[in-house]
Amino acid sequence: MATKLVERKPLSLAEKTYLPQIVSGLKITMQNLLKPPVTLEYPEERPDIPAGYRGVPTLVKDPNGRTKCVSCQLCEFVCPPRAIRITPGEIPLESENAHVEKAPQEFEINMLRCIYCGFCQEVCPEEAIFLQDVFSLSGHTREELIFKKEKLLELGGTLPDKHYKWDKKKAEMLAADDHH
Amino acid sequence: MIWQDILIGLLKAVIMISVVMSCAGYAVLVERKVAAWIQGRPGPNRTALPLIGSIPVIGTFLTRLGLFQPAADGLKFLFKEDALPGHVNKFYYVLAPLVSFIPAMVTMTVLPVGQWVEDGIARPIVLANLDIGILFILAVSSLGIYGIILAGWSANSKYPFLGGIRASAQMISYELSLALSLLPVFMWFGGTLNLAEIVEAQAGFLPGWTIFFQPLSALIFLVALFAETNRLPFDMPESETDLVAGYNTEYGAFKFGLFFVGEYTHIIIGSGVFVTLFLGGWHIPFVELSAMPTGIPGAILSVAAFAIKTFVLVFFFVWIRWTLPRFRYDQVMNLGWKGLLPLAIANLIFYAVVIALIEQF
Repeated sequence: MATKLVERKPLSLAEKTYLPQIVSGLKITMQNLLKPPVTLEYPEERPDIPAGYRGVPTLVKDPNGRTKCVSCQLCEFVCPPRAIRITPGEIPLESENAHVEKAPQEFEINMLRCIYCGFCQEVCPEEAIFLQDVFSLSGHTREELIFKKEKLLELGGTLPDKHYKWDKKKAEMLAADDHH
Repeated sequence: MIWQDILIGLLKAVIMISVVMSCAGYAVLVERKVAAWIQGRPGPNRTALPLIGSIPVIGTFLTRLGLFQPAADGLKFLFKEDALPGHVNKFYYVLAPLVSFIPAMVTMTVLPVGQWVEDGIARPIVLANLDIGILFILAVSSLGIYGIILAGWSANSKYPFLGGIRASAQMISYELSLALSLLPVFMWFGGTLNLAEIVEAQAGFLPGWTIFFQPLSALIFLVALFAETNRLPFDMPESETDLVAGYNTEYGAFKFGLFFVGEYTHIIIGSGVFVTLFLGGWHIPFVELSAMPTGIPGAILSVAAFAIKTFVLVFFFVWIRWTLPRFRYDQVMNLGWKGLLPLAIANLIFYAVVIALIEQF
């Protein structure tokens, strides 16, 4: 193995007394003392969460207020720790979203199991589940930390939609009906 | 008459003790705040008193400055359960904090903090104007080491024991340089050991402070003072990274508080001694002694000058602590015996020759 010998200069008399080093050290700490603090006062000040951060998984609505999840259960299958449970359900015919395939009757994410891998977000064909910027999570019981659909929707909020897939489908269906 | 004298003396002592004790409390706050600022943190800024803390601007400012923190800390120490571990030597375990705390408080009796000028006669403001002032301080302050040794030994546990042993070795090593570095100062001022007379001799239009005539003595004394007060880079007895908390590992609640306050009292008194001997005591630089006001304003001014100098030195202690890493044990011993002691002796001989030559011509 090749070794490289580093030549060390012998210490000068001034350096042997430690004093110049102490003075330069004091200078550095004084500069630090005069700088503003670099810490955040946490509960009042929150850090900026970078884009693409994988926080708590949430369900989102589209700008029309429709829950985007169609309970295809892909996330349930892909979830490595099996934290997601979905009970699929039909959408009643009289609903204005009746043209959408299905909607989740119940959607549970066990936050004690979730490993924040983001597979569910990646696999979702409807862009309905997102790991957003919530990074602090706590609860008093295990039951409390199994998040139900309402809780997940509340955390998720509404995200802008580029496609309006189901609106387009509805328009197409209506157009097709007109042709007949 | 005698009763009156005793009463006045007691009153003076109570005032002095309460001032130094609250200074020790606030020295802890200075330590925490400066540590925080140097490390890029805001430091303690939440503790608020109910009434004063809710005054719009001032209250918020004081709270942010952490000014109420020492009160909270003190109350915490007072109201904590005072646990007595089962494996300790109970008598010495209880005795140790007192032995460490009392000498630290006693040394302040001979420290002149200001002067009182009345009818052209200047009298120092001091509890006891002893002619052997500095000998008294050296003798009593080195008693404090017994507290640390007793604490280390009586706790009957290995880390305190190691801390106690280190403390005794370090104290003995540095006490020599401490005393030897002071000898040239007393020779310089014609052999007086009275602290007030030494301060008076340092007067003058330009700072007539000893540090300008004897910088090396001041340096040796300062380094030895750091070692004697167990401050970084010489905090061998405590060295919390390798000895948990050193000699006070087994202590909690108010007994730990006594060690803690004793340590900071030591720092304040040590700074006071340094100011007295080397930084001109209560003299304000560039101000002629005759230009100082007499009576109460003059007394307040001189005490303020002394307090400001002492505070700056306490800040320096804290500043050094958060700058330098701890020495290794053998490095401390090497520096003490092979570095400082020969230097102190050489310094002594040099000034002895110089003073002899000055007196000759």
